[in-house]
Amino acid sequence: MKEDEQTIRNITMDELISSVHVFKDEGFRLVQISSAREEDSFQVTYTFDRDLALSHVRLLVPPDAEIPSISKIYLAAFVYENEIADLFGLSFSRIAIDYKGTFIRTSILHPFGMQKPPVVTKKVEDSNE
Amino acid sequence: MSKQIIVPFGPQHPVLPEPIHLDLVLEDERVIEAIPSIGYVHRGLEKLIEKRDYKDYVFIAERICGICSFIHSATYCEAIEEVMKVEVPRRATFLRTIWSECSRMHSHLLWMGCFADSMGYENLFMNSWRIREKILDILERTTGGRVIQGVCRVGGVSRDIQKEELDKISGDLNELIPDLKELTRVFEEDATVQMRTKGIGLLPKDKAWELGAVGPVIRGSGISVDTRLTGYGAYGELDFKPVVKNECDCYARCLVRAEELFTSIDLIQQAIDQIPGGDVKIPVKGNPCGEFFARAEQPRGEVIHYVKANGKKNLVRHRVRTPTLANIAPLVTMLAGCELADVPVIVLTIDPCIGCMER
Repeated sequence: MKEDEQTIRNITMDELISSVHVFKDEGFRLVQISSAREEDSFQVTYTFDRDLALSHVRLLVPPDAEIPSISKIYLAAFVYENEIADLFGLSFSRIAIDYKGTFIRTSILHPFGMQKPPVVTKKVEDSNE
Repeated sequence: MSKQIIVPFGPQHPVLPEPIHLDLVLEDERVIEAIPSIGYVHRGLEKLIEKRDYKDYVFIAERICGICSFIHSATYCEAIEEVMKVEVPRRATFLRTIWSECSRMHSHLLWMGCFADSMGYENLFMNSWRIREKILDILERTTGGRVIQGVCRVGGVSRDIQKEELDKISGDLNELIPDLKELTRVFEEDATVQMRTKGIGLLPKDKAWELGAVGPVIRGSGISVDTRLTGYGAYGELDFKPVVKNECDCYARCLVRAEELFTSIDLIQQAIDQIPGGDVKIPVKGNPCGEFFARAEQPRGEVIHYVKANGKKNLVRHRVRTPTLANIAPLVTMLAGCELADVPVIVLTIDPCIGCMER
């Protein structure tokens, strides 16, 4: 038996909190929140589970948008939101436990973000030395 | 009210095989709040997918964890196979199931040893690891590797197990049962184990669900959540019932893992009896295009491998939600209100795998 075809419902940022409330009220478990680049924007996908079936809702957000945190509805979301904030540079408003960029400390700031990582070039030796 | 102080726990601590830090807010000896910090062993493995061929990346996916390694590679392969609509030979799915259950057994036995050690029970630690060696021997004989097997491929597996070897595995596991019964009896009945675990680190059923706990943590709180029930791999053709305990404490989580050893043996025996003949791998050509959330039951709970591809040999995104990451919020809840001396035992009952969690 394989899992059913996965469908992802696109929602807007204004619909996020109410959609998540519906999941909570209907007894869904928060499985994960993930993010991925989509051209000049980011996809943020929320996954819920009930009776072994996954349900996904997805936001498409510009890099400078502030996403409302769902950690007041599902406390466990603070882990995923802090992770996305640190790796992608997206900001979430009012996370229940906000690490302010210190949850996953990376040598390159926001490695999955929009900016390209700095390229280290070989230092040119002074020919007079 | 007593004065509150903050005691740092970790990242280096005798009970922690890997680094995690907890700021424990204490009133006298009682924990009021625990604030976790991670990020000590973040390796950026997910970023590597942008540079590596999706088929080669199987070996990197396997190295996400040094204990539940095989299931990581199998789940990653399953995600790619779903995107590419590849029908894996049935024999390969059975072999993956056998190796997955061997991984679960050696992981649980490793955990039982570490858990015994955290209670100062050295003899039990040695016994657990002595039995674990037998499982590692099976893995080494059949794959060539003790903890990193490297046999999963997109489209199947690279090694077959012959009939004689399958019979030998079945015989070895039957011989292990008396040893396992004695080992789990100690965990179940010993006064020291009960004193250190019963009624400690409570995670009520409703909280476990609300906080998104997975694996033995949620099953120890009376909820039958087990991804194997979705029937991925060969699990749909095998008969099993998840181990569930209702006590919601450290003792329940310990017993869930102990009893799951026997479930794993039963699943392996069933898989050996039912394994079909045929190929173990089919050639996969082209590059994936699409996205998929694959999930599997690791020893520590549900793992999610998300892949997103655009038709090139490098994927756009590979994201892993490991079970330890999901169990961090439940851990914070378990620690609130406990005694300082119980913190190591409670932390260990989520079976934290930090390298896996931080990727």
